[in-house]
Amino acid sequence: MLRVSGVHTYYGQIHALKGVDVEVNEGEIVTLIGSNGAGKTTLLMTVCGSPQAARGEIVFQGQDITRIPTHKLVELGIAQSPEGRRIFPRMTVYENLQMGALRADPGHFEKDLRRVYDLFPRLEERKSQRGGTLSGGEQQMLAIGRALMSRPKLLLLDEPSLGIAPLVVRQIFEAIKEINRTQGMTVFLVEQNAFHALKLAHRAYVMVNGNITMSGSGRELLDNPEIRAAYLEGGH
Amino acid sequence: MATDIASPSASAAAKRPGSYDLPGALKESAITAGVAAVLAFPFLGLQANNDGPELVLLTRWELFFWAVAVVFVGRMLLTVFRWRSDARAKSAEGLKAFGAKFQRYNVWIGLAGAIFAFTLPMWPFADRYVVDIATTFLIYVMLGWGLNIVVGLAGLLDLGYVAFYAVGAYSYALLATMFDWSFWICLPLAGLFAATFGVILGFPVLRLRGDYLAIVTLGFGEIIRVVLINWYDVTNGPDGIGSIPRPTFFGYAFDRSPEEGTMAFHQLLGIDFDSMHRIIFLYFLILILALITNAFTLRVRKLPIGRGWEALREDEIACRSLGMNPTNTKLSAFAIGAMFGGFAGSFFATRQGFISPESFTFIESAIILAIVVLGGMGSQLGVVIAAFVLVIVPEWLREFAEYRMLLFGLAMVLIMVWRPRGLLSHRDPTVRLHPPGYVPRHGVEAQKVQAQEAELAAKAK
Amino acid sequence: MTTGNVLLDVEHLTMRFGGLVAIDDLSFEARRNEITALIGPNGAGKTTVFNCLTGFYKPTVGRLKLNHPAKGDYLLERMDGFRITQKADVARTFQNIRLFPQMSVLENLMVAQHNRLMKASMWTVGGLLNLPSFRQAEKEAIELAKYWLNKVSLYERADWEAGNLPYGDQRRLEICRAMCTRPVLLCLDEPAAGLNPKESLELNELLLGIRDEEKIGILLIEHDMSVVMQISDHVVVLDHGRKISDGTPTEVKNDPAVIRAYLGEDEDEDLPKEVANDLHMPSHAHGTGHDHGGGQG
Repeated sequence: MLRVSGVHTYYGQIHALKGVDVEVNEGEIVTLIGSNGAGKTTLLMTVCGSPQAARGEIVFQGQDITRIPTHKLVELGIAQSPEGRRIFPRMTVYENLQMGALRADPGHFEKDLRRVYDLFPRLEERKSQRGGTLSGGEQQMLAIGRALMSRPKLLLLDEPSLGIAPLVVRQIFEAIKEINRTQGMTVFLVEQNAFHALKLAHRAYVMVNGNITMSGSGRELLDNPEIRAAYLEGGH
Repeated sequence: MATDIASPSASAAAKRPGSYDLPGALKESAITAGVAAVLAFPFLGLQANNDGPELVLLTRWELFFWAVAVVFVGRMLLTVFRWRSDARAKSAEGLKAFGAKFQRYNVWIGLAGAIFAFTLPMWPFADRYVVDIATTFLIYVMLGWGLNIVVGLAGLLDLGYVAFYAVGAYSYALLATMFDWSFWICLPLAGLFAATFGVILGFPVLRLRGDYLAIVTLGFGEIIRVVLINWYDVTNGPDGIGSIPRPTFFGYAFDRSPEEGTMAFHQLLGIDFDSMHRIIFLYFLILILALITNAFTLRVRKLPIGRGWEALREDEIACRSLGMNPTNTKLSAFAIGAMFGGFAGSFFATRQGFISPESFTFIESAIILAIVVLGGMGSQLGVVIAAFVLVIVPEWLREFAEYRMLLFGLAMVLIMVWRPRGLLSHRDPTVRLHPPGYVPRHGVEAQKVQAQEAELAAKAK
Repeated sequence: MTTGNVLLDVEHLTMRFGGLVAIDDLSFEARRNEITALIGPNGAGKTTVFNCLTGFYKPTVGRLKLNHPAKGDYLLERMDGFRITQKADVARTFQNIRLFPQMSVLENLMVAQHNRLMKASMWTVGGLLNLPSFRQAEKEAIELAKYWLNKVSLYERADWEAGNLPYGDQRRLEICRAMCTRPVLLCLDEPAAGLNPKESLELNELLLGIRDEEKIGILLIEHDMSVVMQISDHVVVLDHGRKISDGTPTEVKNDPAVIRAYLGEDEDEDLPKEVANDLHMPSHAHGTGHDHGGGQG
């Protein structure tokens, strides 16, 4: 469904991605793990077209999207929950969610809204509060909820667990799994929380210094002693 | 490449990665040509001619069609160029690298510029006109450097900088005409007045941010001008203040026949009187004032206050959390910027000998701000280059009066497209632990460097 | 515990925004040489507590007393934001990292020492003249910066633009920057967010080092339980702006109210399917947790 091949990306002088190949098949949950600064977020941003890849190509459902502007990706069925919680601070929670559904079939709106509220009861409690007045974790929930509202074919999630209470982290991962199973939504997930991410994912890639160094099923990587030493030890 | 464009399968190629999208390019070019046609029709297609007493409207279809055709083809070529995005990325990188390289020789370029500036009046081409223009240019450079403290370093968008320029000019004019004080007493006083105005204005408005601050300063600039026009008793209103004393060379005037009991400059040196002496003296005066501004800024950037200003520009909330008093820090930037504006104003008054509110309109503020933004916020050398582009180049283009503003606009657009953060946007740290270009020897960075070296070695094989 | 060691004493803190009660009658203490963690569900009011402590908000009701070991008592609720850092030596970091991104790493740490350097430069006059006393002060400031840069292995990258550092390094740099103000109380808002387990472990060591070597108090908001449970001496749990639990990590971890409202059942080895089973629990446990909190807070 999504094929990234030989992608190089630069931030100024910094060579952030050095020929990355990643494939995400329809209906899969694929995760990308790696330490900070490895280039995980850069890869997600490159898929979304900002920054654009300097070399290589990105193909989504047979269409070359390497140079398609970000806003057109939504029409193609790609939604992202960006790092840094880019919500609309002056709009209410409800309006933020409406914005997410801008390109979706209006017939689904109520149902999708219900689903987001069920996933994050906190958002329903605060639906008429302005986005900017939410706490950090609540803003993160809103960003994910908004991405879900567009009913994407491919959902790109950048560290959904960032700043979220442990209980809710598990709810989010469970919800991702649920949506994937019932609607066949494909998910590409970048996570620091490698333990949860690998448990959830069908397949996973490991990124080091802008290169993919390893890939396999989530279970395989979870059992891999190298991965355990590098990303899992000391944690949960 | 050419065959690819012409190939019949090109229409289906839109979805094929890496190929040229011909229909898209045609559509884009047609739209651009359409816009060009709408604009070109009144500008190029029609011409009003004086035919004796009558005004006759002529059509120039040929010129019109040529213009539209040029735009169409140009746009086509652009899409070809953009399609080869590798080339584009490379050229963008190249431009960036050029900018970085240019800035590495900052000091040398600055030094060469200063030497040129000091020897300018001695060059054979330096007639009265050239020195005059150079003086005007330096006034703008100095104003740009002054505003750079406020906008470039402290990040406070000031649209009314001309107000401080006006306060300086009027303070100088009034002090010099009323009390008959010399230039060297009035200059610091005028600077002080302007700084005081900066504090008075700054105190209530510096709580505002970004666009709000810009609007209030814009208003302040206009208020000062309106007061100057209407406060007839003091400022002489729109008639302005005339016969402002000219500066003297430490008491020696630049007059052909000095007053009784005093000596003129040419008598002091025992040379013949030449009206160029004053022009050149004024030129050196503004050059030194401007260089003082520059030296001050370069030094202050390395002091805690300068770093405080820059930090404030980056993140005010973080500054507060570090115990910095944001109001005082901003006020100091505002006051010091205003002071240099005031100095420049004094110089302007003494050079012209006559000032009126007309010299201090919003367009002046806009030009000074454009110099700072175009130069690259915070870059001293950038200000000089931008002042050159905005002050000297239009002067050259005076002969093409018709197209002057058009070219001016085009230059602005091009600079903003190529270098959206200004001509010289690279910023060097004010304090370093390692020499520039330092390569880490151990730690994570060293590992990365080693990995890159290994990669290169592998490629070489 | 001896009251002599109390560094921060929060009493009856209440913060309302319009009709919304963000913090409701909260009292707790933080002691010197200790790490106090503030945990709780999203939106429980943890960051609001920080904002009250560091002067970004004025509390509606309540007293925030800081017993400065060298300078005496300060009532933080009466002080302007920047004075709290300047005078009372309370420093903080932010949830979404607020560095000066275009300035170098070293410059970030120099700005943190702004007040001391301003005084040494005699409000710029001495600095312009480059007096020896200013040069000495600047050298000391660079030495302090070097000390912290070495602690977090950023020494090699001291001249980088701070915004170009990887996320984890930016977090560490922000902590260093706060330490360069020489605080007696360090408030950290989710320092482990976005760090992987290995980096969290390094963070633990850094924070324990700060506690033991600098002898200061640390107040910590964190969701990463591997950090909270391993390094805190004392944990305060908030829910809906109220305190629902207060004690040692072990006490808090086993407090049923905390488990219901925040932690969920033991998470380590359960498979996703099992997670699904206890998913329904928190939604009706929510109300009970709240009530429970009302009783204790």
